[in-house]
Amino acid sequence: MTNHWVDIKNANVIVVMGGNAAEAHPCGFKWVTEAKAHNHATLLVVDPRFTRSASVADYYAPIRTGTDIAFLGGVINYLLSHDKIQHEYVKAYTNATFIVNEGYKFDEGLFSGYDEPGRKYDKSTWSYEIGADGFAAVDETMQHPRCVLQLLKQHYSRYTPEAVSNICGTPKDAFLKVCETIATTSAPNRALTFMYALGWTQHSVGSQMIRTAAMVQLLLGNMGVAGGGMNALRGHSNIQGLTDLGLLSDLLPGYLTLPRENETDYQAYVDKRTQKPVRPGQMSYWQNYPKFHVSLMKSWYGDTATRDNNWCFDWLPKLDKVYDVLQVFELMFHGKLNGYVCQGFNPLAAFPNRAKLSKAMSQLKYLVVIDPLATETSCFWENHGEFNDVDPATIQTEVIRLPSTCFAEENGSLTNSGRWLQWHYKGAEPPGEAKPDVDIIAGIFLKLRELYKKEGGAFPDALMNLTWNYRIPHAPSPEELAMEYNGKALADLTDPKDPTKVVLKKGQQLDGFAQLKDDGTTSSGCWIYSGAWTEKGNMMARRDNSDPSGLGNTLNWAFAWPANRRVLYNRASCDPSGKPWDPKRTLVYWDGAKWTGPDVPDFKADSPPSEGMNPFIMQAEGVGRLFALDKMAEGPFPEHYEPFETPIDTNPLHPKVISNPAARVFKGDLEAFGKGKEYPYAGTTYRLTEHFHFWTKHTKLSSIMQPEQFVEIGEELAKEKGIKAGDRIKVWSHRGFIKAVAVVTKRIRPLTVNGQTVHHVGIPFHWGFKGVAKSGYLANTLTPFVGDANTQTPEFKSFLVNIEKV
Amino acid sequence: MALQSLDITRRSATTTPSPGQRRTMEVAKLIDVTKCIGCKACQVACMEWNDLRDDVGINHGVLDNPTDLTENSWTVMRYAEVELEPGKLEWLIRKDGCMHCANPGCLKACPAPGAVVQYSNGIVDFHEENCIGCGYCITGCPFNIPRLSQKDSKVYKCTLCSDRVAAGLEPACVKTCPTGAIVFGSKEAMLHHAEERIADLKSRGFAKAGIYDPKGVDGTHVIYVLHHADKPEIYSGLPKDPSIGAMVELWKGATKPLASLALGAVAAGAFIHYVTKGPNEVSEEIEKEFEE
Amino acid sequence: MKRDPDKLDRYTAPERVNHWLVAFAFILLALSGLALFHPAFYPLSQLFGGGVWTRILHPFIGVALIFSFGSMFFRFRKLCVLTPSDWEWLRHAREMMGGDDRNMPEAGKLNGGQKLLFWLLAACMTLLVLSGIVMWRAYFSFLFPPAAIRLAAVVHAATGAGMISLIMGHIYLAIWTKESIGAMLYGKVRRAWAKQHHPAWFREMTGGRK
Repeated sequence: MTNHWVDIKNANVIVVMGGNAAEAHPCGFKWVTEAKAHNHATLLVVDPRFTRSASVADYYAPIRTGTDIAFLGGVINYLLSHDKIQHEYVKAYTNATFIVNEGYKFDEGLFSGYDEPGRKYDKSTWSYEIGADGFAAVDETMQHPRCVLQLLKQHYSRYTPEAVSNICGTPKDAFLKVCETIATTSAPNRALTFMYALGWTQHSVGSQMIRTAAMVQLLLGNMGVAGGGMNALRGHSNIQGLTDLGLLSDLLPGYLTLPRENETDYQAYVDKRTQKPVRPGQMSYWQNYPKFHVSLMKSWYGDTATRDNNWCFDWLPKLDKVYDVLQVFELMFHGKLNGYVCQGFNPLAAFPNRAKLSKAMSQLKYLVVIDPLATETSCFWENHGEFNDVDPATIQTEVIRLPSTCFAEENGSLTNSGRWLQWHYKGAEPPGEAKPDVDIIAGIFLKLRELYKKEGGAFPDALMNLTWNYRIPHAPSPEELAMEYNGKALADLTDPKDPTKVVLKKGQQLDGFAQLKDDGTTSSGCWIYSGAWTEKGNMMARRDNSDPSGLGNTLNWAFAWPANRRVLYNRASCDPSGKPWDPKRTLVYWDGAKWTGPDVPDFKADSPPSEGMNPFIMQAEGVGRLFALDKMAEGPFPEHYEPFETPIDTNPLHPKVISNPAARVFKGDLEAFGKGKEYPYAGTTYRLTEHFHFWTKHTKLSSIMQPEQFVEIGEELAKEKGIKAGDRIKVWSHRGFIKAVAVVTKRIRPLTVNGQTVHHVGIPFHWGFKGVAKSGYLANTLTPFVGDANTQTPEFKSFLVNIEKV
Repeated sequence: MALQSLDITRRSATTTPSPGQRRTMEVAKLIDVTKCIGCKACQVACMEWNDLRDDVGINHGVLDNPTDLTENSWTVMRYAEVELEPGKLEWLIRKDGCMHCANPGCLKACPAPGAVVQYSNGIVDFHEENCIGCGYCITGCPFNIPRLSQKDSKVYKCTLCSDRVAAGLEPACVKTCPTGAIVFGSKEAMLHHAEERIADLKSRGFAKAGIYDPKGVDGTHVIYVLHHADKPEIYSGLPKDPSIGAMVELWKGATKPLASLALGAVAAGAFIHYVTKGPNEVSEEIEKEFEE
Repeated sequence: MKRDPDKLDRYTAPERVNHWLVAFAFILLALSGLALFHPAFYPLSQLFGGGVWTRILHPFIGVALIFSFGSMFFRFRKLCVLTPSDWEWLRHAREMMGGDDRNMPEAGKLNGGQKLLFWLLAACMTLLVLSGIVMWRAYFSFLFPPAAIRLAAVVHAATGAGMISLIMGHIYLAIWTKESIGAMLYGKVRRAWAKQHHPAWFREMTGGRK
């Protein structure tokens, strides 16, 4: 979230799209009801199904799954053609004025630079024109034919209400009603918030769906303001913490990135990531990359990391490709990966194409599962009849289960969607032999180190030199780890303005990442978490909910990264002269000497408005990007591409380029995609409020609430197929089948798309063959093995199925 | 199951006054159906607080589960897909459970002294240890709420967490409701809160938004805010004008004194007749005839 | 009872056993029913082991009554057919209650009042059984809609009260009419008694002989 949960109460218009907040985030949804009750907010829901969120919405518009870019592109077109943008904001705070490289083109669904056999782009033309001064060229009048605003207009002029309706199946009047309501927030005193979740991320164009909405927000001037923003609703209590700490295969903590295999030179690696401003007077905060990186390496390797050995850069893995889960299972499937440690993760249930996953795991020599529950993954080799029809005799994989604790059985912090690190305390003793994950990993680490010491081995350095100064080496405490993430001074730190004044003594906890140095005198395990555990103590454990501004910025409640800031880009809540666009939602303002306000300014605190520094300080331009340059895999402007399995077997905008041309498709998986003729119905998987993934079916209470697997279909489709509510039906895709009880509902209506009728089949995914709920099929038996071109998040939300009564 | 014993206003099948030295504030639970997202957290909280577990059932082709109130599910969400205007779907989700009527039909119908009680705060509670399992409360309830357990032949229903309320806490469902759709306080405050909600709903085009606090049972201590207060029946059959009903009134009203009186009259009549008229014996004449 | 070969056989042993079975079941039903009917009578539930046992036993005793009265019904139904003379008898019943039986038509084995009682009891019991089934929570109530159960409750209560009144009348008349309890206990009546109270039957049995 750029904003945070409580801030939703400040919104005037709330769009729930690409998510179902009431269903999957009922606790956070309280802020939606709060906005409605006390801010007279309007709630819009756009979804293939009339969801629980829709049940309390002011307006609901149906949409075909996987077509959100078309819808939102249509919104952009509406805003531009009806002149419903916040002009001053767009001009000052976005790259609308920037002039794009002459070579940039878009034609028939492809951007310039496409490499068809490689399914990727040469993105060199997706760039700004550089002026004589060495900076990006801009046209303040925004009339230049190659300025971003003009290109944007041109790109989305195809997304007419008729085209949107034709692609999305949304009735034209419903689409226009949504547009009108969204457009009201172009006024500076109105804000719109987008609440989305995996309904956007889990598409082959998921990242671009989110981007399209972000562009809408930039045009409306809703980024950085209270009640605005792009608000990703994270699906696990600590999944935000997972990404922050860099648990994705190509990341280091704090969104630093691992080097690629061609990046063997430390200086080149750092220089590439140390972005210089591309416009005069801009902050370009990533200029500080070396400080974050060096402090991280000091945290890991302590005294061993020195300037002379490039802070142990050589010990970092160099990626030949991204090892996302799809890639890992692809390798496993081909026998190229033979050991797998699976921690707090149930891939057999959670990743697509169960048959492929099951085969892949059968190739492993060993599988280690660290989990509080007996997951399906840890039992993938067991025969559970129709629900897991495998022959254990043919599976040689050795499975080792290490029972771990759950969150309530240990101290620690959880980072919520709003980036708040909230400390919690152990509530119960773990059962049996369960141990905290940290202890398990520490045990493995210590044993490995002992083996290396005793027996030697290839490349022991990275492991042998790791700092491990915990009080109890086999059980590092959450408190010690939190302090390590925050970082400390490794030498006395002095005030940059007065070198005689010692700010922090050697060994003291840092106040925040502003104190980080690239000379090895600071350490920090995750720079964005710096400030969470200072000399004053554990900031995450603070519980003062006083809210002086009434906007929900409770600065003394827990700790929000970065720097306890509650709303990112909050400088954009003021006009260029430093005055809030809307005095009623003042987050920060220029008081004549400094930036101040009820939130922590996301800005250089002493930079007066006259200096012209712009609010988006993480960007080299200082402004929000309507044109994404080379940051996205499939193009600088989001374009509608059909899901890889589309019921219409074409793309009405450009029939030659149907699906995401830059998405990675593994050999063999292309053949596993189904066609609309055989599989006429648009399948989509989702969560239910009664359950959490595959965990709560182990809980009696949740199982009572929703005991048995079901599939939702509309009344019209049910009638066509002779299915009544409560009948058992079979749903199958090109990859497998499931059987479940039919829930026949008015909440799923057939849509007219490109001249044909499209029915949705809704597939909640919570069941499996372990637990106390009724056994069911893993829904991911059905889903395709393809992901988003940028994140490789699988396309769980759009695929094709067929159904029949059993 | 209750902590109160000083503030009972009524007990079932009891003709003498109840212990009522202490007066407590009249309370109410307000269920704002227009804010409810049907998450069932209230169902879970209810089972957790009361430490009950229903059976893991099956799916019946609907989202409702358990599909009806049971002796272990004292509250359930009922989901209704309604189209008042063609094409304008509404998904009306109502939390069902005891309404805690001011004039409770269950209490009226109950033949077991003290099995149903009403506290001065308005909560209607079952004291299962006094329950004889006849099910008359079910017959008397205008909302079809109490459920008879097959296991122990006692009836169970929502207590409005009378134990929590007695200790100054809100009911468990209120505590857990994530959207603030369920709130709890004095009845006066709840009616005031409801008015605010209704004003908001009217501004959103729900001209018939209103409170459900039915007069037929002298009001309830669980009240609803409905978008369509003129059509409560579309909310999974919420009764439009609930009352204890003519039959139950007759049964537990007129019949009781009239019948008792009739029985007394027969007895008295017989006695008077015997005393005034004497026994009906064989006449002297016939006796003589047969003596010969 | 004084042994007297002249006595007339009024009721056979099976008839008497049947009657007393019905009577016994009825008294239990009345007591338990009253206990459940009005708080004033609730202490009667102690006779049955408390409220819960009262609730459990009452309907089963009802079943016993159905069978015992059913049997009695088939024994007496022909005998209880009301003749025009019975109706005439009923019209004069008031005079008789007042002590003047001069204008009474001659009663047969059973008089009009007894016959009417029989049919009224049969009707009451039919209603009680039907409404009782609807009200029997443990086994049957779930089959019926609440409105039916409520109606049944009223019918059961009102009919029950009516039937208790009838039986109280019946008992009183048995006490009032001396020697009739003995008749139901021992089966025999004196000839004088028969002539006094059931002259037509007396004639039928004896041909008018003493």
